[in-house]
Amino acid sequence: MAITMTKGQVGLTGNSAVAYAMKQINPDVCAAYPITPSTAIIEDFSGYVADGAVETELITVESEHSAMSACIGASAAGARVMTATSSQGLALMWEMLYIASGMRLPIVLANVNRALSAPINIHCDHSDSMGARDAGWIQIYSETVQEAYDNMFQAVRIAENSNVLLPVMVCFDGFITSHAIENISLVDDAEVKDFVGEYNPATMLLNTDNPVTYGAMTLPDTYIEFKHQQSQAMSRSKDIALEAGKEFGKRFGREYGLFDSYRLEDAEVAIVIMNSAAGTTKVAVDELRKQGKKVGVLRPRLFRPFPFREIANALKGIKAIAILDRVDSMNDFGGPLFNEVRSALYDLETRPKVFGRIYGLGGRDYKVKDALGVFDELYKVVETGKIDTLTKYITL
Amino acid sequence: MEKKNNFPLGGVIPKGGTAHDYSTGGWRKLRPVVDKDKCTNCLICWVMCPDSAVITEDGKMVGFDLEHCKGCGICAVECPDKVKAIKMEQEAE
Repeated sequence: MAITMTKGQVGLTGNSAVAYAMKQINPDVCAAYPITPSTAIIEDFSGYVADGAVETELITVESEHSAMSACIGASAAGARVMTATSSQGLALMWEMLYIASGMRLPIVLANVNRALSAPINIHCDHSDSMGARDAGWIQIYSETVQEAYDNMFQAVRIAENSNVLLPVMVCFDGFITSHAIENISLVDDAEVKDFVGEYNPATMLLNTDNPVTYGAMTLPDTYIEFKHQQSQAMSRSKDIALEAGKEFGKRFGREYGLFDSYRLEDAEVAIVIMNSAAGTTKVAVDELRKQGKKVGVLRPRLFRPFPFREIANALKGIKAIAILDRVDSMNDFGGPLFNEVRSALYDLETRPKVFGRIYGLGGRDYKVKDALGVFDELYKVVETGKIDTLTKYITL
Repeated sequence: MEKKNNFPLGGVIPKGGTAHDYSTGGWRKLRPVVDKDKCTNCLICWVMCPDSAVITEDGKMVGFDLEHCKGCGICAVECPDKVKAIKMEQEAE
């Protein structure tokens, strides 16, 4: 895609913006298999490879299982590696996702959120990346095209930090963000290079002067120590992510935190929601604020690791909170965001009333009126002091 | 492994040749036995052995490293038909 700028702004789809970020990062290896709605990322990127705009080795493989396997091999060999996928593609990578994180390989994956089959559906929900939430990958969720683009650079910096060395998944909504054109600001190529830095792994398979073995077996006498190390790295990555978001803001004027708070300071009720639907909810907040109602939104960005203390701190003092999941855990107990945020609030001295709602599965529209409906419910809970239904579906 | 808090990240084994220190011969059910009167030292067994368990000296095949030989029998199959100097025998016998 030809990039032409007007007043420093350029109109790009989420996929084109992420592909352009990958071009600017210029990874050593990209192994990928196309799948809707992330196909255009690799389509655009393969154009950059064919044009010689990047030095990347593009490996076209026969499945996503092979894509992630090739990424793992290349990363162990010492390369900076990126890939992109969606839905069934991420599901097919499942086995290898754990190997990438367990081997501490800082691979960056752009996941364009799409529903999982069956029934088959190509539209947005978060069941793909939420299913992979315990795979040991850092997960960053993006509201807009601009944020998806910006998150790619932060992802590289977080993943490759010597205190982290974990793979990172950058998630954004299929079609809603991946295919909609937004005006965004691009970062200068030289500034990208400076921000992401050079990748110098401590050990690599291709260093024949210092031969190493990757992927060895560990038994009960050692396995748990490696998992403990991995868990500690995940815990440390929270501060590194915060630092990357701050540094990004300092350099490019767009600062990112662990989550995004919108008109939350004096809010009586709030919605917690991720990705593009947060934007819709913010419109509802603005409408209600005009009527003098104190409402707000909290949009988690970093879901893995889960910043439970910070989120609880940001939500304390709010009377009633609705947590909206674009995925069902099929556990008869609400979605993953509901469960984790609700659990994070447990240690507050005065616990807010909390309920969960599942919305927008398989690309069902979530409109401003849906957000207004949830705020109505929240005010009812505040008035009565009772929650009628703890979890249920909306947008049915 | 040295200290538990000093484990290499991601289970990387930080030096080469460590497979030598790990005995895999205990898995063996069949043991290769070479008849040196028939052996022509063609070294096909040495090339084909997946565990590098064929011992050579001065370009001649001299026997097997039974600490690492898993008894797969590839050497016995690959030994040329005209020679057939390697036989697999039951470990139990």
